[in-house]
Amino acid sequence: MSETKKHTRRDFVRMGARASIGFALAGVAGFSLVDLNKEKYVWQIDPFKCTQCGRCADHCVLKPSAVKCVHAFALCGYCDLCGGYLKPEAKERTTAAENQLCPTAAIQRKYIEDPYFEYVIDEALCIGCAKCVKGCGSFGNGSLHLQIRHDLCDDCNECAIARVCPSDAIVRVSIDEPYMIKGNFSKDGNA
Amino acid sequence: MEMRKEKEISNIQYSVLNDEEKSSAGSNPLTHSMLNVHYLSFIIFFFLFLISITSFSQQQRFPKPEFDTGYEQPNTTTPEPRALALEFIDVFILMSVMALAAWFVFKSRSRRGILFLSIFSLAYFGFYREGCICSIGSIQNIALSFFDPAYSVSLPTLAFFILPLLVTLFFGRLFCGSACPLGVIQDLVIIKPIEIPRWLQKSLGLFPYIYLGIAVLYAATGTDFIICRFDPFVGIFRMSAEFHIIVLGIAFLLIGLFVARPYCRFVCPYSVLLNWVSRFSWKHLSITPSKCIQCKLCTNSCPFDAIDFPTDEKLKLNSKSNQRDFALYALLVPVWMIVFGFAVSRAHSFLAQANSTVYLAELLIEQPELISESDNLDIETFRSSGKTLDQLVEEARVIQHEFYTGSWILGIFLGLVIGVLLMNQFRFRKRKDYEANKADCLSCGRCMDYCPVPK
Repeated sequence: MSETKKHTRRDFVRMGARASIGFALAGVAGFSLVDLNKEKYVWQIDPFKCTQCGRCADHCVLKPSAVKCVHAFALCGYCDLCGGYLKPEAKERTTAAENQLCPTAAIQRKYIEDPYFEYVIDEALCIGCAKCVKGCGSFGNGSLHLQIRHDLCDDCNECAIARVCPSDAIVRVSIDEPYMIKGNFSKDGNA
Repeated sequence: MEMRKEKEISNIQYSVLNDEEKSSAGSNPLTHSMLNVHYLSFIIFFFLFLISITSFSQQQRFPKPEFDTGYEQPNTTTPEPRALALEFIDVFILMSVMALAAWFVFKSRSRRGILFLSIFSLAYFGFYREGCICSIGSIQNIALSFFDPAYSVSLPTLAFFILPLLVTLFFGRLFCGSACPLGVIQDLVIIKPIEIPRWLQKSLGLFPYIYLGIAVLYAATGTDFIICRFDPFVGIFRMSAEFHIIVLGIAFLLIGLFVARPYCRFVCPYSVLLNWVSRFSWKHLSITPSKCIQCKLCTNSCPFDAIDFPTDEKLKLNSKSNQRDFALYALLVPVWMIVFGFAVSRAHSFLAQANSTVYLAELLIEQPELISESDNLDIETFRSSGKTLDQLVEEARVIQHEFYTGSWILGIFLGLVIGVLLMNQFRFRKRKDYEANKADCLSCGRCMDYCPVPK
């Protein structure tokens, strides 16, 4: 008799524990549901916070980095002497390979009409080092800037670059607006 | 300095730049008729005017040329991220895997089925989804969303956190055995598992509690997601990672040849939650399909030492003193909690050093000369941000205070864990049969194959 009584008590305790764990889980779920993020966050670089430190090239879990330089063409001055393309003191330099700022020659320069040139980033070569971004920002219009490319990005739970970014430029943005392209440029194309 | 201000203004404006450009075209003639308009509209126009000037000066250092050759400006491409709908498919697959696992464990009792299911999980959640998002890491998302009002979790993340726990509450740790890619990759390399002494198991088993506590503390303070950062297998899933993570992953797999599933048993912070929920699970894997015949065939089948043997009858004689010790240690639990709470709270400033703001503030307080000299990137960025040292120190102080509170809670939690562990040394439960330990059993189903009792 005492044996069965003992068992029922143990079962009762077990039931109670089970119920309270269930309630705890429901509580956590409920609390999270209250301000649920309906969409989802992805990582992106705010180009106006970015200080071109160069860590994007080294700290991404992907090698080469999922951060690439993008070109906001609407802001570009199409300069001949491009601060993003040529090393400093652009005036004294020719466009020979040794004078190019980009360490991987990912910026392609194309003649349009006198005296304008178009600059296009070859993303397969770009490593996201931000050297050209710095050059363009200090000399030109700042049309070159870094962005996380979402076709490459692994969407880590915690972005490895965000952790080391000195200017907190890597932020969570809604999946609806996954890019922060500079200038008069909206998500669906040239405005 | 001037440049930075401009940037700041355009920062606010860059999304609505188009509208201002339009308005700026008409703002010049409007300034002439300013005298006639109301005060309010004057202010509005004045601001529009100011904004248009700043945005123009930003854009027009080298104005965009007008092309004669009909050159068309290319668009900046924006490849889309993975669609949200696919994340829900992940949740659906997770749920299906666990449902199938329940079928294999309870109905067909098939180790082979669980094996193939787990290989699928490894391929899908591990190598295809590259280990992100996983239930283990989602602990941090939940913790951060509780403490950071600006952050909220998405539904798939919440599902990845809650569903395995919920399933465990009903059926035991099916998630560990069949769905978790980190577990499966270790499960597949088990060659010659050695039995680990009970005391060593128990002491190493304390580490997940510490890891969980610190991970939650760091996530809640917005410092770091250490579980993701030190995930040993994510590098293998992605075939690319920092060198030390790859080394860590290979080391775990090598140890895993002899110590079965070392990460699951002695590191995994999610296992703490699963372990405790599983103790109270409604149903659980049973070694035998009907009645244990004490044949002892299953005793060596479990590589995780998760089979409880029948209790020794002689031990029962001591049960009186056992009960006394149990009560004594139960009374000691609050003492442990206070002692550990105090001890860990002493270490709060050490723990807080992992936070980049706190680290920078402490560095600059110690060596103020670095502010103007150092070529350290963080200091350089701080210098050009225009923030004063006082502001930085104030920010750091707030974070440090959070760490103080957090480390008290962490200490109390660890004290409770250790107190209960010590207390449970003296718990005596009579057992007649060979049974799976509900807390430690990972529902891999190996033991089921060893039982000769027909279904």
